[in-house]
Amino acid sequence: MEDLIRASLDHCVKCTICETACPVAKVTPLFPGPKYEGPQAERFRQPTGTADASVDYCSGCGICTQVCPQGVKVAEINSRARARYKDENGVRARDRIVARPGVTGRLGTPVAPLVNRVMANGAARRVIEKTIGIHHAAAVPTYAGHSFQRWAKLHQRRVPSRPDARSVIFFHGCSVNWFEPDLGRKVVAVLERNGVEVKMPRQGCCGLPLQSNGLFDDARRALGRLMRELTAGGGDDPVVASSTSCGLMLKREGREILGLEDDALSALGARTFDVCEYLLDLHDRGLLDTGFQPLAMTVIYHAACQQRGHAMGTPALDLLRLVPELQVIQSDADCCGMAGTYGIKKEKYDIGMAVGERLFAQVRRVKPDAVACDGETCRWQITEATSQASLHPVELLFRAYGLEL
Amino acid sequence: MSGNGRDGEVVVIGIGLAGLVAGLRLAEAGRSVRLLAKGVGSTHLSGGTVDVLGYAPARVLCPAGALPEFVAAHPDHPYARIGTEVVGAAIEWLKGRMDNPRYVGDLSRNFLLPTALGVAKPSAVAPQTMAGGDVTRGGGFAIVGLPGLKDFYPGMVAGNLASAVGVAGEVIEARPVEVDVALDGRADVGPLAYAGRLDDPAFRAQLAARLKGRLGEDEVVGMPAVLGLADAEQVWEELEARIGRPVFEIPTLPPSVPGIRLYRSLLGALRRAGVRVAIGGEVVGAEIDGTRVTGVYTDAANGARFHPAAGVVLASGGWAAGGLEMDSHWGLREPILGLPVTAVPEGVPRFRPGYFDHHPLARTGVAVDGSLRPVDGDGRVVFTNVRVAGATLAGAEPWKEKSGDGLSLSTGYHAAMSLLAEEG
Repeated sequence: MEDLIRASLDHCVKCTICETACPVAKVTPLFPGPKYEGPQAERFRQPTGTADASVDYCSGCGICTQVCPQGVKVAEINSRARARYKDENGVRARDRIVARPGVTGRLGTPVAPLVNRVMANGAARRVIEKTIGIHHAAAVPTYAGHSFQRWAKLHQRRVPSRPDARSVIFFHGCSVNWFEPDLGRKVVAVLERNGVEVKMPRQGCCGLPLQSNGLFDDARRALGRLMRELTAGGGDDPVVASSTSCGLMLKREGREILGLEDDALSALGARTFDVCEYLLDLHDRGLLDTGFQPLAMTVIYHAACQQRGHAMGTPALDLLRLVPELQVIQSDADCCGMAGTYGIKKEKYDIGMAVGERLFAQVRRVKPDAVACDGETCRWQITEATSQASLHPVELLFRAYGLEL
Repeated sequence: MSGNGRDGEVVVIGIGLAGLVAGLRLAEAGRSVRLLAKGVGSTHLSGGTVDVLGYAPARVLCPAGALPEFVAAHPDHPYARIGTEVVGAAIEWLKGRMDNPRYVGDLSRNFLLPTALGVAKPSAVAPQTMAGGDVTRGGGFAIVGLPGLKDFYPGMVAGNLASAVGVAGEVIEARPVEVDVALDGRADVGPLAYAGRLDDPAFRAQLAARLKGRLGEDEVVGMPAVLGLADAEQVWEELEARIGRPVFEIPTLPPSVPGIRLYRSLLGALRRAGVRVAIGGEVVGAEIDGTRVTGVYTDAANGARFHPAAGVVLASGGWAAGGLEMDSHWGLREPILGLPVTAVPEGVPRFRPGYFDHHPLARTGVAVDGSLRPVDGDGRVVFTNVRVAGATLAGAEPWKEKSGDGLSLSTGYHAAMSLLAEEG
């Protein structure tokens, strides 16, 4: 697999289509563009010592790979070069911290009110920017103060198992567990509304933030642990993910970026579905409850970069179009600029905001009632930049079903 | 498949000009359409003009006049298959959908528009921002160079242009004018980055101020095609007003801003029409029931994903795009539906010695009937609900004929019309 990813650079015909699509190169000369950084530079890189600092300005959004008409794995090549670069040049303490939402989540949750107050305090954020390197204005998540897992344990006890029902394993990720547990509950409610039994094994981080910060060994360990956790109950239930970026780790990135050649991972990836993808599949089979109440709202739907990496179309958009009176406008921007942890870093914040400006401008122009987006860090970025509420598409379905928590 | 809202869906494969046009035409007629593409298509490499027939083999000045004789001489050409009246209808349809920039021209005459090499290329239809560069009647041109712009050399453009003459021997005068604008610390700048800068009114004012006073009374001003991405009409009109001279765009080497504008206009229209577009998952196979394709598989991140299809428009491109493949044993194939590919006749060489010669292999591809349904060597229809459009088709040599955009537009349009007609 590793060789095939790298070998794909020979398919590059220098058509420059990736250069036209790269949202980062468009706004900063610090990143020389995916073609130059990827298939061109990689050809000259030795196993060690020849990647340069510009590779770290790739945001890892993956758009270059998506648009390439020749099948060059541009983003994957660049992610691997970044990992080698960081391996040789060291990883900042800040990057080690933001790469571990599972750890920061566990530590922050018991003292959530305090952490949230500090992170909302301008003076404190300036100090954090100076000492750690997280930009003072960057969107950071709010700690819920209680974990989704705690609710899930109780809920599974309350809801009797129905052996005859269709069942899924819910891969909720760190974000739902520590920051957005209510989103997790809404996902469960929408699935249960459609007669699906939701299994929620105890689970940790998929390793994506470790990977995007170049910590590949740690990322592989995290992914291996998650695989064991998700499959601990046996069986071959579909795995349903509410985070598109973490779902993509199981489906593709663990193999194509981390280079994990593992049959168990391939099998797990093949039965992993984004939650909207899963719901639309139910609909395609005539199994989705379409008893939606009208929602008289205007919503901008933004397909996040990692969402598009699934190559599944836009199931969220198709689902939202089933809701009466809901006006959905598709975002005409490629990226919000956050790209996981990229946009919170002091030296990259301005780049991220410039990348997202096309989307922010559309939000300011349209003034929707909400922005719907499948990616959590994208939602935080959009809300921080536009003061506009942002929702996971499933939250709108939850509302249209007339459900309440 | 009951109650799924996907019954009767047409799947369009490919997002070059042929796929975009077919998808939009079908959606406008009320069909449910899904467009699948493994990446972005050839629009980004195209100059944004619609070249219908430029050489047959002599230079064509009036496509409407030349087409009947051309199709008579090339009965296997896609234009011969669909009929030349379709070409005109497709052009009018496209012009009705392009509003920024608007497209001008028709089959009555070819513009002769300067390329980035300074060659006058015959194009039937062009963005309004380009049409002023027509050298048919000669004239005086100032070719503007921008600092750091990759692959655009105004001295070469002007030199080559000035060595040509108009159709009745009129003199063409051309000279380069280099303007000095700040590069913002960049060593070089691509066309797209310049287009972004020209979207900014302050930069336009700066550029116009540097140009003014350096232009002759009667000179027409040729700019590299970077006059904005979002609102080309506005940028172009404002520049003309500010410098008081007619301005036209010269297409650059890829990435091509006019091609990207064309893509964005059509993609926006597709989305507004409710077409479901998925880019990044290659179509890797199909489900077949007798003479019908019942659906296709894409290579999604979690494996093969099935898309049921009532009809299929195959617009997956030619050799360069991977819509047609050749193996190391000279075996030719169409990889998605496994359609028959025409062969070079026995005893005929596949290639001829000169690079610019006619190469018999170039005309191979998927053969079709008048409805663009794929046919085998005996002329039998292979799949009744499939239409083939664009560079996948056999019988053309677009780069010699200067017919690529015209072929993609008219066959994409005809593919949609033919599917619609079949189903009443």
